[in-house]
Amino acid sequence: MENLFNLFIRNVFTENMIFAYFLGMCSYLAVSKTVKTSMGLGVAVIFVITVTVPVNWLLENYLLKEGALKWLGSSFADVDLSFLSFLLFIAVIAAIVQLIEMVVEKFAPALYNALGIFLPLIAVNCAVLGAALFMQEREYGSIAEATVYGFGAGFGWALAIVVLAAIREKLKYSDVPKPLRGLGLAFILTGLLAIAFMGFSGIKI
Amino acid sequence: MKNLHLLLNPLNDENPITVQVLGICSALAVTVQMKPAIVMALSVTVVTAFSNLIISLGRNTIPPRIRIIIQLVVVAFLVIVVDQILKAYVYDVSKKLSVFVGLIITNCILMGRLEAFAMSNKPVESFLDGIGNGAGYGLILITLSFIRELFGSGSVLGYQLVPQSFYDHGYSDNGMMILPPMALITVGIIIWIQRGYNRKLIEK
Repeated sequence: MENLFNLFIRNVFTENMIFAYFLGMCSYLAVSKTVKTSMGLGVAVIFVITVTVPVNWLLENYLLKEGALKWLGSSFADVDLSFLSFLLFIAVIAAIVQLIEMVVEKFAPALYNALGIFLPLIAVNCAVLGAALFMQEREYGSIAEATVYGFGAGFGWALAIVVLAAIREKLKYSDVPKPLRGLGLAFILTGLLAIAFMGFSGIKI
Repeated sequence: MKNLHLLLNPLNDENPITVQVLGICSALAVTVQMKPAIVMALSVTVVTAFSNLIISLGRNTIPPRIRIIIQLVVVAFLVIVVDQILKAYVYDVSKKLSVFVGLIITNCILMGRLEAFAMSNKPVESFLDGIGNGAGYGLILITLSFIRELFGSGSVLGYQLVPQSFYDHGYSDNGMMILPPMALITVGIIIWIQRGYNRKLIEK
């Protein structure tokens, strides 16, 4: 239990998807103009990552990894399908995103319109595939760990986008040099936020 | 003429990173040193060009409802090929790029160009558009990695560029340049400079 809690805190603060690995930057920069839409996207991303990481964990451990096919019989014991992992991971993610898109379109049309192209683009949000690939690289031992990792990574991403959106809303009326307005400033702000988040890396839990 | 425009436009006016805001994640993460950045830029260019070509060839037969999955499968196939080639020939660079080769699949430049260009244009033009956008991405990657490696490690492409006498007189590498935050700030400054010269890109 304590272990899972540590994993969550670490992935929200010290190993934040945006500030430590720059994953999912495109939608992060493009959607973070208002707090409301960024909150919507943040929740969608949390949901997608929390579902896809454990599903991909099952695929990785019972299908792809070297020796993962042992449950089929001893003749499959040394089959290594790991070169297929990109393909299977992305297919799972795309299918789940498509499902979520249909649900959101039906039950929250306002949110659907606000997110626009960025909802289908969650499928190609690098944070989602990145989380799956990190899960593969770090070899989490149980599905519980994988789920908590997914939730923590998604939560950290959502936290980052909401913080940036809040700052950008306030900066809308400030006198910024013209060429720096918009994207340039968003980059520099993210850089400063990343420096602030680096402070968390000193925490020992 | 139009084809030349397709190749050159993404270098400045429609740069994938600084104007279209696509493919930023990898641009920041692989630019600590120049060598991985160059390998990454080449890989992305190859994948963009060929996925654009393939999707453009099939654009009239792909059903719009499932196009995203088809696009992803085509891209994933090309990325697997690139990943295996990198593992076979430049293993150390491939290790350094770690998950970012796999993440080419979700590089927004690919989906962005497939959606915005290849689905509605002829194969040859799509191929050139892919090369152009890959080059625009590579241009930023190489600039960024040059700045970061020079100031962060004092070397370029692994060759020591800052003379030893500088270090003897108290110069030291700026360790901050190697860390994530300065990548973001450097891109911000590159955008600032670019828009300073190219004033039609300024946002309201």
